[in-house]
Amino acid sequence: MMNHINRRQFIQLVGGGSVLASSIGLVACSKQSTTSGRVVIIGGGFGGATCAKYLQRFDPDLDITLVEPKQNFVTCPFSNLVLGGLREMDSISHSYEAHSKRGIKVLHTSAREIDPTGKKVQLADGTTLEYDRLVVSPGIDFRWEDIENMSPGDAEKLPHAWNGGPQTVTLRRQLTAMPDGGTVIIAPPANPFRCPPGPYERASMIASYLKQNKPKSKVLILDAKTKFSKQPLFMQGWEALYGDMIEWVSGDAGGRITGVDIAGRALYNELGEEHAGSVVNLIPPQKAGKIAHAADLVDDTGWCPVNQRTFESSRHPDIHVIGDASLAGAMPKSGFAANNHGKVCAAAIVSALHNTTMPEPSYVNTCYSLVGPDYGISVAAVYRYSDEEGIYAVKEAGGVSPGDVGPDFREQEARYTRGWYASITSDTWG
Amino acid sequence: MSRLPFPAALLFTVASFSVSFNASAAEISQGAMLSNSCAACHGTDGKSPGAIPKLHGKSAEFIENALMEFRSGERDSTVMQRHATGYSDEEITLIADYFAGLN
Ligand SMILES: Cc1cc2nc3c(=O)[nH]c(=O)nc-3n(C[C@H](O)[C@H](O)[C@H](O)COP(=O)(O)OP(=O)(O)OC[C@H]3O[C@@H](n4cnc5c(N)ncnc54)[C@H](O)[C@@H]3O)c2cc1C
Ligand code: HEC
Repeated sequence: MMNHINRRQFIQLVGGGSVLASSIGLVACSKQSTTSGRVVIIGGGFGGATCAKYLQRFDPDLDITLVEPKQNFVTCPFSNLVLGGLREMDSISHSYEAHSKRGIKVLHTSAREIDPTGKKVQLADGTTLEYDRLVVSPGIDFRWEDIENMSPGDAEKLPHAWNGGPQTVTLRRQLTAMPDGGTVIIAPPANPFRCPPGPYERASMIASYLKQNKPKSKVLILDAKTKFSKQPLFMQGWEALYGDMIEWVSGDAGGRITGVDIAGRALYNELGEEHAGSVVNLIPPQKAGKIAHAADLVDDTGWCPVNQRTFESSRHPDIHVIGDASLAGAMPKSGFAANNHGKVCAAAIVSALHNTTMPEPSYVNTCYSLVGPDYGISVAAVYRYSDEEGIYAVKEAGGVSPGDVGPDFREQEARYTRGWYASITSDTWG
Repeated sequence: MSRLPFPAALLFTVASFSVSFNASAAEISQGAMLSNSCAACHGTDGKSPGAIPKLHGKSAEFIENALMEFRSGERDSTVMQRHATGYSDEEITLIADYFAGLN
C-alpha cells in the first residue's frame, strides 16, 4: 500500500495540500484524514447544484455540503412555457434527492454570513460550517432603487417572475384572468441581466397563449435597450406566427422605463409618458445575489470579479463565485453558462486540493428560445481562457440559427430545445 | 519539502486510512474537461434523456467522424456545426476517446 502513495498524494490526503505542518497535527483526531477536503456550496441552482455533482464525480472522497433553502428548485428556463400554457409547474421543479444519494449533504436553509479569514459560513439555522473551499452561486438580486415607486412588496400586483417559483404562477394567473383585447406590457432592463433572450421568449410564449385564447390582445415590449439578443430571428418569427400582435419599443424611442404607478398598473418613461396594461411585467435591473454583497464579493458593478480560469474570487481567496453572480467575461448570464461554470470550478477546486495541474478550461453556452410551440431558435458559443482576455469566444465557432431556413428547421430546433431542457436539468439535478 | 518532518509511523497511520483514496481523482484529464461541456445538451456522460442524440455507447470512431463532418459542414446539423468549429483535430480526438472510454 505504502508504495502506491507518493509524497504528493500523502500531502493531498491529509491536508488538501494547503498547510502541511498543521495538517499533520489533524491526522489523529480529525475526519479530514478520510476526506480530501471540505467544500461548502451556497445555492443549489444551475451553478451550485452542477458544481456539487461534478465535485463528487471528480473526487468521491470530498466532504461536500450544499446549502439551499428550497426543497424543490423551480427553473427559470421553461417558466416562459408555463406562462404560455405549454408546461405545468411540476414539470419545471427539481429535487435534491440525487445529490443526497451521491453522498452530498444537502442542508435546506440559507447562508447568512461568510467569514473569509476563519473560512466559515454561518447558516440561518444557527449552524456554522467550516470549509477548505467555498463556492457561492446565489443567482441575482434586484436593483429596486433604480425604478421609482417600486419595491419587492409589489410582486403580487407586478410580478417580475425573474426567479422561478411563485411569481411565475402569479403572472400566469393574471394572464388567464385578463380580458380579450387587453395589453400585456413587458419591460426588460438594460444589460447585463439574467438571460438576454428571456424577455423576448416570454413575449413569444405569451403571444402564443393570447393568439389561441384572447386574439384581440397585444404584447407591448418597452425596452431599456436599443437592440436585443437574436433580434432578427425573434422578429422574423413574431411576424410569421403572430402578425403584429407583438410591438417592441426601443430604449431610444421611449422604451426606457424609470418608474411605476402600482395602483394604475402603469409604467412611465423618462419623458413622463405612461403606459397602462392589463398585465404588467416589469423586469427590474439586477445585481449579484444578496449574500455576495454581504460577504464583500462584489465590485462597484454590483457583480463578482473572479479569476475566470478557476472562478476564485478576486477579492477573497478560497471562495469561488459562479453563475449569474460572477463576472464571467464573454459568457452571458444563463443557466447553461452557470452549469458550465460549475464544472470548470469543480475541476479547479479538485486540482487545487490535490495539488495537480488543472486542465485548460473550455466553456460552452447555447441559449435556445421558443418563438412558438414548434418554432425554436438558438445562439451558441464556445469559449476559452487567456490571461489577457479572460473568457473569450472562439471566433470560428458559434453564432445564431440561420435566417433563411424553412419551418422544418425551426421545428427541429424546438424539439432540441425540449431535449436540451431534459438534458441540462438531469445534468444539474439528476 | 525535505525540511518537513515525516515520522514514518505517522505515514503508516495515514496510509492505512487511505483505502478510500482515489488516485484517479487526483488528475482531471483534458478530455474530461472538453467533454463535460457537451453534457448540458447530450446528458451526463452522454446519456441524453430526451430528443438530443445519446453519445454514450458510441465508438470513438463514430464520434470523431461525426464531429469532423459537422465541422466541415459535410454533415447537416441545426447546432453542431456551430459547436464543432470550436475544437481542433487533437481536441476532437480527446473528446471521442473520452466518451468511448466510458463504455
Ligand atoms: C424567464 C427566464 C428564462 C430563462 N431561460 C433560460 C434558458 O432557456 N436557458 C438558459 O441557459 N438560461 C435561462 N435563464 C437563465 C437562468 O435561469 C439563470 O442564468 C440561472 O438560473 C443562473 O444560475 P445560478 O446558479 O447563478 O442562479 P440560480 O439558478 O438562480 O440559483 C441560485 C440559488 O441560490 C440560492 N440562494 C441564494 N442565496 C442563498 C443563500 N444566502 N444561501 C443559500 N442559498 C441561496 C437560491 O435559493 C437559488 O436556488 C432564464 C431565466 C429567466 C428569468
Ligand atoms: C447546444 C446543444 C449541444 C451541445 C452543447 C453539443 N451538442 Fe452535439 N448534438 C446536438 C444536436 C441538436 C445534435 C443533432 C444534430 C444537430 O441538429 O445539430 C447533436 C449531434 C451530435 C452528434 C451526432 C450524434 C448522432 O448519433 O448522430 C455527436 C457525435 C455530437 N453531437 C457530439 C457532441 C460533442 C462531442 C459535444 C461537445 C464538444 C457536443 N456534441 C455538444 C446538440 C448539442
